[in-house]
Amino acid sequence: MTTARLPGRSLEGGSGGAADRLFRNGTRIAGGFLVVALIAIGLMLWLSSSEAFGAFGLSFVTGLVWDPVAAVYGALPFVVGTILTSLIAVIIAAPIGLLTAVFLAELAPRRLSIPLTFMIELLAAIPSVVYGLWGVFILGPFLGHTIEAWTVEHFGWIPIFAGPPYGIGLFTAGIILAIMIVPTIVSIAREVISSVPASQREAMAALGATRWETVTKAVLPFARSGIIGAIILGLGRALGETMAVTMVIGNGQNIPRGLFDQAQTIASKIATSFNEASLGLQTSSLIALGFILLVITIALNVVARLLVWRVAGPPGRS
Amino acid sequence: MAVMAPTIKPSIAARLQRSRSDRRRAVFDRTMRTVALLAALICVVPLGAVILFVVINGAPALNLDLLTKTPKALGTGGGAATAILGSLQMIPLAAVLAVPIGIAAAVYVAEFSGSRSARIVRFAADVMVGIPSILVGIFVFTLLVLPFHQFNAFAGSVALALLMIPVVMRTSEEILRLVPGSLREASLALGIPMWRTVLSVVLRTGLSGILTGVMLAVARAFGETAPLLFTALGSRLVNVGDFGRPMDSLPVFVYTNARAPITALNQQAWGAALLLLLIVLTINVAVRARSFRRNVS
Repeated sequence: MTTARLPGRSLEGGSGGAADRLFRNGTRIAGGFLVVALIAIGLMLWLSSSEAFGAFGLSFVTGLVWDPVAAVYGALPFVVGTILTSLIAVIIAAPIGLLTAVFLAELAPRRLSIPLTFMIELLAAIPSVVYGLWGVFILGPFLGHTIEAWTVEHFGWIPIFAGPPYGIGLFTAGIILAIMIVPTIVSIAREVISSVPASQREAMAALGATRWETVTKAVLPFARSGIIGAIILGLGRALGETMAVTMVIGNGQNIPRGLFDQAQTIASKIATSFNEASLGLQTSSLIALGFILLVITIALNVVARLLVWRVAGPPGRS
Repeated sequence: MAVMAPTIKPSIAARLQRSRSDRRRAVFDRTMRTVALLAALICVVPLGAVILFVVINGAPALNLDLLTKTPKALGTGGGAATAILGSLQMIPLAAVLAVPIGIAAAVYVAEFSGSRSARIVRFAADVMVGIPSILVGIFVFTLLVLPFHQFNAFAGSVALALLMIPVVMRTSEEILRLVPGSLREASLALGIPMWRTVLSVVLRTGLSGILTGVMLAVARAFGETAPLLFTALGSRLVNVGDFGRPMDSLPVFVYTNARAPITALNQQAWGAALLLLLIVLTINVAVRARSFRRNVS
């Protein structure tokens, strides 16, 4: 964006009769609504989960057993499942997304970068449930017969690669998530890279650097914190993604032992159990899971935004 | 960014001395650029794969039955008419709730607020975009389902609206920011009150861009499943106009039928997924192509 702050752009402090004041206050209420809604979501989840936290304390987070019959609820298997699927996703999506962002921002001719950017944006538009359907009937069986079967056959003696290659479980969930977070990483990393001043590149090129050397030695170091922010935003999206994961992760109630095990993430556990849960402690425990997820995602988002702003500047300011 | 290294002719000796390492650097440069190209291509492979398989599996199932029949209470047969009707009711209501609030909040941030409160509202919107949609579902469940002991379509619309508001707000705000200040000044100088200036000049100028944001939010709402699971729930019964009762929607229909252990229902899920994909991609392509053309010309 190239708009400078134009003089008189803001209408604040205009003369204003009653209608003006009414109008201005109306918009203020709408703006405040966003803030209030955000606080209300956090507060409501906190209040609704207090029964579970009251009953189990912090051991709710470290508990290994989720047993509605015994009324014992521990979140650890789902917390671990969430972290593992998201890690798999980020490990795959971060390098591919970053290379793509570099390609689109620095290397590609316009007639290639425009359609590619467009297609990657479409990737972000595909509904989660459609990814899930595709994942459970197409991608899962495909991975099960190829990568998973091969790995189990040749490396099955390593514990984390043991286990039946069903194509349903952590690994497939991680791959689906990787596909879903690539657009996030690409679009933000591209924006950050594009905001690196041209002088950085010119100086490097003047020293006789190749295009790639310019990118890795001048552009990327300059954009580093923003790129980390882009990856964290992708991670945040992976943590909270629900439907696609729910459909391909199977139904494992324990901490997964291997890469191909079935598992549950926090979001998938809530999605599959919430409507069957009896009100009271069980529902409260599920909401407590949600509260943990909320705290993690908000923290990640805040950190990521700050990192991106460090390079690209806060929104509406450039 | 077309920054070319200036070509300087070094002396022959220097050239000979450096040629080997230069060649290696050139090869490395070309290799890595190819790798970057490959990465970009890998990114779009899933797009093709998803569309391809949804079309292959969904096309046979996307027939008149799917569009017009209601689900059978038991077994196979029937269609997704209930779900289609449900989506077509809940999403307009969600849009009616979300669009005015989103645009008004954008007006507040772009036109009226001091930079501090603008930053707070903008930040809240950014954080809200990042909140997992299933948590919004839980929130609305405790707010609008629990007190009435009844899953209801209104709660579904509210959940969708909560997801749409920050999207509408952020895109509208970006657009309002592009409206030149001189237009506002001209209007105010004519003695037109501030509220008329915003409505008839500023918003009017940014209208097509704002519509783009609204349509993208609508497309997103069409595909949202998680926030509906605990609010509108889903239903096998036709529900027209009764927002106090459960209502089916296309994404929930895809989800429940994909999980059913019956092949015929799985096929219906593919058909409905194709319909959903057609809706979402059509909106996206139409809207983005339009705004793209505007940016180029």
